[in-house]
Amino acid sequence: MQHDDVIWDIIGNKQFCSHKVKTKSQNFCRNEYNVTGLCNRSSCPLSNSQYATIREEKGQCFLYMKVIERAAFPAKMWEKVKLSKNYEKALEQIDENLIYWPRFIRHKCKQRFTKVTQYLIRMRKLVLKRQRKLVPLSRKVEQREKRKEEKALIAAQLDNAIEKELLERLKQGTYGDIYNFPVHAFDKALDQQDEESESEEESEEEEEDEEDVGKREFVAEEEVEESDLSDFEDMNRLKTSSDEEEEDDESSEEEDEDEEEMETETKASKSKGKSPANGVAARKKRAHVEIEYEQETEPASKSIAT
Amino acid sequence: MDITEVQVSQDNTGKKKNKKTPKKKRNGNGEGSAAQRKVEEEEDEKKMEKSEEAFPPTFSVSEIKNKQRRHFMFMKLKQEKRKQKMQLKKKKKKEREALGDKAPPKEVPKTIENQRVYDETTVDPEDEEVAFDEGTDEFSAYFNGLTNPKVLITTSDRPRGRTVKFCEQLATVIPNAHVYYRRGLALKRVIPQCIARNFTYLMVVNEDRKMPNGLVLCHLPDGPTAHFKVSSVRLRKEIKRRGKDPTEHSPEVILNNFSTRLGHSIGRLFAALFPQDPQFIGRQAATFHNQRDFIFFRFHRYIFKNEKKVGIQELGPRFTLKLRSLQKGTFDSKFGEYEWVLKRHEMDACRRKFQL
Repeated sequence: MQHDDVIWDIIGNKQFCSHKVKTKSQNFCRNEYNVTGLCNRSSCPLSNSQYATIREEKGQCFLYMKVIERAAFPAKMWEKVKLSKNYEKALEQIDENLIYWPRFIRHKCKQRFTKVTQYLIRMRKLVLKRQRKLVPLSRKVEQREKRKEEKALIAAQLDNAIEKELLERLKQGTYGDIYNFPVHAFDKALDQQDEESESEEESEEEEEDEEDVGKREFVAEEEVEESDLSDFEDMNRLKTSSDEEEEDDESSEEEDEDEEEMETETKASKSKGKSPANGVAARKKRAHVEIEYEQETEPASKSIAT
Repeated sequence: MDITEVQVSQDNTGKKKNKKTPKKKRNGNGEGSAAQRKVEEEEDEKKMEKSEEAFPPTFSVSEIKNKQRRHFMFMKLKQEKRKQKMQLKKKKKKEREALGDKAPPKEVPKTIENQRVYDETTVDPEDEEVAFDEGTDEFSAYFNGLTNPKVLITTSDRPRGRTVKFCEQLATVIPNAHVYYRRGLALKRVIPQCIARNFTYLMVVNEDRKMPNGLVLCHLPDGPTAHFKVSSVRLRKEIKRRGKDPTEHSPEVILNNFSTRLGHSIGRLFAALFPQDPQFIGRQAATFHNQRDFIFFRFHRYIFKNEKKVGIQELGPRFTLKLRSLQKGTFDSKFGEYEWVLKRHEMDACRRKFQL
């Protein structure tokens, strides 16, 4: 015989129920056939011989019913009815199956069914949105990689590599005219200039000898030779205060550009105090021969260094 | 009898040795009598003889069952080896000095870079096929000067302070870069919008536990997508001896050590981030240096002191990247076609084999 009250008396209040979860304010029931989830006299599936629930399997909702006639057959106790996917039709099905059943159970079943359909809808929506994939990290692998990275960093010698690359670019001339360092080219050009001036002087002297034979000239005390004149021309070029000079346009333009660039450089690096003052001073002090290069400023190419 | 005798004597030496080490320490501390020392010397001599006798017959240290004695024998063995090595070195050095100029050149020590397994995809500078490929790939538009780079930097959802700062600093390093908050948008929807607004690059910094740990770099019109692991991020204020903030000038780009075909494509990917014409007035250089498959990024300001010396000062953020996958086409993790994926078991098995 099923004595619901006795059962409830025991498991509900006095003794132990393994499905009961007690919290400070409420008691919950973890029985899978419980409609509401709370531990109540009317919600306990064990202490109610006539009971109904909604349960969901893989997106399909079923109505489970238990009546007292089958209380002796535990294997066949719960009657399972598949509900339609249509919400309204399913509600009608519930009504139809639970006709003449207590109001409480009917109501709670419908409530539960509503909740279940709602969460199924949300699950389907979430699948369409962005899904986050959690990738587990293996500590061993991470440590290994970290150590490899440290060693690679040491092997890379980054500062040296960067400096080398920059110096190479300077040598190759990707910076064009900005830096007036190329000392080798400078000296070479100087030497060339010296050679040229020497050869010029020689040729001029030869010509003079040929022309002056037999001619009379009235010459001042201080002999102004043409070779001296050429020296004076060079002396002109030695003047470094380029603003005051009026030379050929090319050289003046070049110088102006250089001056501007030096100025911008000083502005950019003023804060650091590493002004190219040394460079400028060096330029002014050096025995200075203005050589007009015609250089095509090559477009800066980014080279992939191997 | 002989056997037992030998055993006993070995026992003696072993035990005496064990007693000796603490004794020696005590001696070191200042105690000990002359008599004791004499005894120890005698034992030393005995031991030397015994050890020399013991080693030549096929006798492996691992056969001794007693741990202390085994350890002791092993130490002796090691010392012997070390001594021999030193002697060899000295001999060689003497020979070198004796020969003087005629000495053979010093041997180059083996490094991982020396021993690197030859990769068949290493690019030959004059390879025509590669040149043709590079002329017609997705970056050709950039390298022919047709497009200017425009970069969109964003993060994963809900970035924390460090990641946000990192993105901001990245934006100062890369000219023409904009930072936008993610706000839960799906990348696949973001990409067509970016294309519509003429962005050429999409950079997504992924975050884990308040630290940036991943980077997705997607070249926009229909370009390859590279996914990197980010590590060792140093923000600007954590860098010692740094210079002032970078200016607006376009930096130069230095790409080092990208030797294989894959390395080449990654290198081009990085190069296309920056405008084609660097402004040398700014004297800033961004470096991507590949070493053993780790790509180190640094940002420096340089100044030429004379034609043989250059000084560099580190400015902006620094980080290291490790390539995880390269995918053709824009970001599509499910249906994308992967050109290259890091497979740990295959690729990390050999220490001397590198992919980039």
